[in-house]
Amino acid sequence: MNASNFVEGVDFTLYLILGIAVFFLIGITFTMIYFLIRFSKKRSPVATNIEGHLGLEILWTVIPTILVVIMFYYGWTGYKPMLTAPEGAMEIEATGQMWKWSFKYPDGKVSDSLVLPLDKPVKLNLKSPDVLHSLYIPAFRLKHDVVPGGNNSMWFIPQKHGSYDILCAEYCGQLHSYMLSTVSVVGEDEYAAWLKSSPDLSNEHPGLTLLKKNACISCHTTDGTRLVGPSFKGLMGRQENVLIDGNEQTITVDRDFITQSITEPNAAITVSYQSNLMTPYKDILSEEDINKIIDYIQTLK
Amino acid sequence: MTAIATQQINYLNVKKGIWSWIFTLDHKRIGLLYLYSISTFFFVGVILGVLMRLELFNPGRDIMEAKTYNQVFTLHGVIMIFLFIIPSIPASFGNFFLPIMLGTDDVSLPRLNLLSWWLYVIGALFALSTLVFGGGPADTGWTFYAPYSVKTGTNVSMSVMAAFVLGFSSILTGLNFIVTIHRLRTPGMTFNKMPLFAWALYATSWIQVLATPIIGITLLMIVVERVFGIGLFDPSMGGDPILYQHLFWIYSHPAVYIMALPAMGVVSEIIPTFSQRTIFGYKPIAYSSMAIAFVGYFVWGHHMFTSGMSGSAAIIFSILTFLVAIPTAIKVFNWLATLYKGSIDIKVPLLFALAFIFNFLIGGLTGLVVGALAVDVHVHDTYFVVGHFHYVMFGGTGFAFFGALHYWFPKIWGKMYNMTRAYVAFGLLFIGFNILYFPMLILGVMGMPRRYYDYLPQFHTLNQISTIGSWILVVGLLLMIYNLIEGYRKGPKAAGNPWHGITLEWQTDSPPPLHNFDKMPELPEGGPYNYPNAKSE
Repeated sequence: MNASNFVEGVDFTLYLILGIAVFFLIGITFTMIYFLIRFSKKRSPVATNIEGHLGLEILWTVIPTILVVIMFYYGWTGYKPMLTAPEGAMEIEATGQMWKWSFKYPDGKVSDSLVLPLDKPVKLNLKSPDVLHSLYIPAFRLKHDVVPGGNNSMWFIPQKHGSYDILCAEYCGQLHSYMLSTVSVVGEDEYAAWLKSSPDLSNEHPGLTLLKKNACISCHTTDGTRLVGPSFKGLMGRQENVLIDGNEQTITVDRDFITQSITEPNAAITVSYQSNLMTPYKDILSEEDINKIIDYIQTLK
Repeated sequence: MTAIATQQINYLNVKKGIWSWIFTLDHKRIGLLYLYSISTFFFVGVILGVLMRLELFNPGRDIMEAKTYNQVFTLHGVIMIFLFIIPSIPASFGNFFLPIMLGTDDVSLPRLNLLSWWLYVIGALFALSTLVFGGGPADTGWTFYAPYSVKTGTNVSMSVMAAFVLGFSSILTGLNFIVTIHRLRTPGMTFNKMPLFAWALYATSWIQVLATPIIGITLLMIVVERVFGIGLFDPSMGGDPILYQHLFWIYSHPAVYIMALPAMGVVSEIIPTFSQRTIFGYKPIAYSSMAIAFVGYFVWGHHMFTSGMSGSAAIIFSILTFLVAIPTAIKVFNWLATLYKGSIDIKVPLLFALAFIFNFLIGGLTGLVVGALAVDVHVHDTYFVVGHFHYVMFGGTGFAFFGALHYWFPKIWGKMYNMTRAYVAFGLLFIGFNILYFPMLILGVMGMPRRYYDYLPQFHTLNQISTIGSWILVVGLLLMIYNLIEGYRKGPKAAGNPWHGITLEWQTDSPPPLHNFDKMPELPEGGPYNYPNAKSE
């Protein structure tokens, strides 16, 4: 059984075209080499001017035309079913943002990897709050661009138990190649159990959980390394040069400043970092969440 | 006395000094200015490419950080596309040989010709200035896709302005060639008696003139959006990122034929000369160039099959894409038939032309794979695409460029290079090239996305093989350049017609005199490739 319902159509077309391609590549190359030997200056001291041959021209126009129409046809029949998801497919909201995937299930469960029941059609509604991404599952032979402001979707039926890579195929900035996740295809019971379970977070600071869940740590590290945003380590109480309305000022980072940086990140940008890169979290995080995050940042000395 | 004097004065020694070069109106000197600047940037692009391959030798960090890698592949793309391959054959060999092959003394508009080289230099300086000014070279990829190109802190505006200025250079060269071909053909040379290189340049020029303005305005829109915050492409400001992709590819797909058609023109010259017989199917080859140029306008959507375009748009773009394969196939079969019953002299220019056919076949046939809708969904934006377009552009156009260099070398400089060394360099280039790029096709089918700084363990071996290929390729390049420079400095004097060609450039001295011909060139009886020594059918 193939990993998804589209593998057959894609692979058949791929091998059909590759077969024709290899045939022509080998045929033309060998003819070329044969002519080079047979009609070399030594064996063929006098050339013959042959200006053309109408029959041959027709032949090598018509045959490629027929072949490309066949290739187009199979490409189309493999592609057509990808366009429309069947009624009743399970809808999951898949969000790609710099540089993390997250998946929101119908019952509200949010996970950074996909777990899916075998043989059930799934429709992923693709969202991005920042730039273009592309959700790519090579084993399923499927990808679709995630366009900010758009409403693209993709669907498939997982047909084989296993764990498969999810990659980002559309270049999205610094950590594009680290925007990885997995899809695990499991039995019905295992799926139901997974859906009910919640990860054991008793030992994790709730602020860190929020930072992970909202993809904050894709850009702001907790260990002092510089990515596209300032690190959280030692942030509280630090003196920073920031740009406010184009004027450079020195401020001391406190609770109010961090709150503002989360809700309206472009109001004050630390010098040497880029504005307009971060999504405002005003409507995404509650005041309570923000306080938990700040509590956690305070612990990163 | 006078006879000897005119023989010795040629376009190279008629005047001396840097000013006689950078303000020259002679198409041959402008062609060489282009050749030297283009080759320089080609080597800069090669160095960047080699650095990328070194970084990808192992997973994780090898020699540079992720951001640097992203800037390196962007600069590699911008330099190779805008500073090397688009101007490559037309601006250098086209400038040098089009007027000579038409039997005339210059292009129609020599001052415009000089201006276009100056614009090229200014555009190149813009591109290089990003190394020093602003937030560093762009890290967007050469496609500058919005909204990332609107948001990133690197110096996208300057990179985009560079491409904008280079676009003007390209338009003016195209315009000049169209006028030259219409107005300055030698008496008796009808369109159907033009050399096929001229036909290829004619088709190319129309694309340059008609398609380039679209990329110009699109790139300006990026600058307007970045500088004035007008939301054209960024959805957070009310823009549409898909609109950018359409506008970008409306130029950039036809641009692929700006890159490929002149190379096909070169191959159509080299093969008859080394077969010593007429080209098979002159008209099909000539007109298929025009067909490719025409159909090439209507296929841009195949870059966007996974962007969420409608099913009907996808069908139309896919079938039109497949149609481009037909005129391309016609050319390949006619070249092949031109070897039949020839009297073939296997010299290095011919080997480059045949390597073009082999590499371009792989490039074209893998193009069919990505043209098929279902398969494109799988391999789009993977290393399969990277392999595919390097086979077309480097394996195809790059090899044709090297072929042209070896073919016309004795005519341009009046000297000959060492043929044995040239064979060895060719062998290294051909083998290195295929070891470098073939694994990429497999990596793509396995699912490795492009523009990847780091990769999963299953992609390790093929990446290592590819990197090793890049070393062989570089050795081949260095040997080739060494051999050509040695040939220029110390090589034996070349005859006026070392390959026994019959197109008009072989009727004049090597190097040609300032005004190309001391006496009116004579058109061969019965067509541009009608070799008088060959039997008729």
